[in-house]
Amino acid sequence: MSELKELIQDKLSKESFSGNGSLKALSQKGLELFNEQGIPTVKHEEWKYTRISAVLNKDFSYAVDATAVTAKDVDAFRLPGHEAANELVFVNGIYHAELSNIRSSVDELVILPLSEAVKAEYKIIVDANLGHSAGYHKDGINAMNNAFAYQGLFIAVKKNKSVEHPLYCYYINDARTVNVLSQPRTLIHVAVNAEVKIVEEEVTIGTSDSFINKISEIVVEENAQVHLYKIQNEDSHSSCVKTTHVRQVGVSKVNSVTITLNGGVIRNNLNFILEAPGCESNMYGLYCVKGTTHVDNHTIVDNKMPNSLSNELYKGIIDEKATAVFNGKIFVRQDAQKTNAYQSNKNILLSDTATVNTKPQLEIFADDVKCSHGCTIGRLDEEALFYLQSRGIGDKAAKALLLHAFAIEILEKIELEPIRQYVDQIISERLDFEI
Amino acid sequence: MLSIKNLQARIEEKEILKGINLDIKPGEVHAIMGPNGSGKSTLASVLAGRSDYEVTGGSVEFLGKDLLELSPEDRAREGVFLAFQYPIEIPGVSTTNFVKTAVNEIRKYRGEEPMDAVQFLKKMKEKMKLVEIDQSLLSRSLNEGFSGGEKKRNEIFQMAMLEPKFAILDETDSGLDIDALRIVAEGVNKLKSKDNATLVITHYQRLLDYIVPDYVHILYKGRIVKTGGKELALELEEKGYDFIKEEVGEEIESPL
Repeated sequence: MSELKELIQDKLSKESFSGNGSLKALSQKGLELFNEQGIPTVKHEEWKYTRISAVLNKDFSYAVDATAVTAKDVDAFRLPGHEAANELVFVNGIYHAELSNIRSSVDELVILPLSEAVKAEYKIIVDANLGHSAGYHKDGINAMNNAFAYQGLFIAVKKNKSVEHPLYCYYINDARTVNVLSQPRTLIHVAVNAEVKIVEEEVTIGTSDSFINKISEIVVEENAQVHLYKIQNEDSHSSCVKTTHVRQVGVSKVNSVTITLNGGVIRNNLNFILEAPGCESNMYGLYCVKGTTHVDNHTIVDNKMPNSLSNELYKGIIDEKATAVFNGKIFVRQDAQKTNAYQSNKNILLSDTATVNTKPQLEIFADDVKCSHGCTIGRLDEEALFYLQSRGIGDKAAKALLLHAFAIEILEKIELEPIRQYVDQIISERLDFEI
Repeated sequence: MLSIKNLQARIEEKEILKGINLDIKPGEVHAIMGPNGSGKSTLASVLAGRSDYEVTGGSVEFLGKDLLELSPEDRAREGVFLAFQYPIEIPGVSTTNFVKTAVNEIRKYRGEEPMDAVQFLKKMKEKMKLVEIDQSLLSRSLNEGFSGGEKKRNEIFQMAMLEPKFAILDETDSGLDIDALRIVAEGVNKLKSKDNATLVITHYQRLLDYIVPDYVHILYKGRIVKTGGKELALELEEKGYDFIKEEVGEEIESPL
């Protein structure tokens, strides 16, 4: 890790950050905290079931040249519907303007390096929001990304604009020659009455190890609507920690769907901070994992004001030696009366060697609230299986039908047809399901 | 068509069927009646292949094949159909897709090509009329949120689509009001032919007003203790099950 520290130190001392107060301060603070904390071990309560130190205990390169990646490389993994999407390409953690393809006009969508955004028009927004997630994740992983915040990207969705072209964000690690660790960082501001759909996918090129430690902070203003879709489908040598931190500062609606299909060690932190009365937040997740994939979904809903609704449903199909972790934290602060917060985590284990750890955590300080949580871990329903078999459907097809039915509840939440179909196709193939 | 000989079965350690003998020929409708706990639903489950039950003796031959050797799906593919007493709700699977999968799995087993979409829709429309079931119901998740009557009509709709040679109706009348009962029974009657057979399992005589049986069997403590024509059902309705208990009680207690 010393190489990493030197690298950040070097950057911070060389580059001029005059006038970039909040950005420089965050990077420096991140470095300090990282030096102090290091990579969290399993003794850290939030990392108990995810041995992230084992993944990072390797030689990683931190600042790999991005020029080797070509548009042709990107072609290999563009997502369906990309012809009508704004494509944002990040290579080894840094936004790559030449490989990106922005279709929306600047009066709808503004894309700027954070180092630029912090200087001008967006200074107030950046100062007020960048690094907000650090208050919820006081660990070395969050700190490490903060240290790299100076190379992050700012995205603004302008007032009253419904962005027609969804944002497809590809986070590419070029691991063709060395093990790559990247630290992408974005701050997304969705202004009053705006609407945007964002799709994210991580991609590793090459067969060396890849680690993405990403933080995305999203600020959602009054009457805005945001849809966040994550697709995670990688090989066992690709791991990541993805932190998505959403502040709903006005009455707004945010839907998040996280689909995890395979990978190495995957940790998703998803935070919803509801700072205005009457917000709606929907958090859905599906992990359909096998092999030795480890997927950990840590979610936080922090209700600060009255009358908000949060709905959380995570479902998992875990096969072979895969492991899954679900940790759902809900805070209802004293002022957040009439909060409705629902949480559910349902798991199907397909093998004796598959593991799931699930933990709901509710901390309620208001007295007039409706909160529920529940989790199930089980096998396929024998009664349902028999019902299908009694109609002539073979054991294998019946299982596939039931598993697909289990998954579809989440897939239906993806309101972007080409993406929904794409994910459905992968899941169907995985389950040997055909209609 | 179906020949049950000395069939014995248990669930866990409890003996439920203690030697059932029954012969059913094509074109016939048989009814099995009996008090609660007599083994009616167990018989239906054993014939359909539910794995909770262990067959401890006897044999079942269906169209020349040893039925008990077949998996539940192969029994269905050979032409056995069980209309469930409590149809299962399966969220996320539409009835249409479910039935289409079933039809094509059965066709595959018989070495036939899968039915194309046009053929399938045509057949579906025809059978929908038969049980007065609505298209909107079939597009919904299988049985999810269906009323009791809708669930039972859906069972008969599936039966119509799969065209079984031998259908078992397990307490199909339970939870039905008189109108739903009539619709379900009319559906069953329309599906009757000289080539297929039906076994109606019921606690009450009511259903047999609509589906008229050729034979009525009374099941009591795991054995068929009395067989007669349709008038036996009326007698039972009039006198109650106690008369059976009195009549055969002694005999049942003694060993075979």
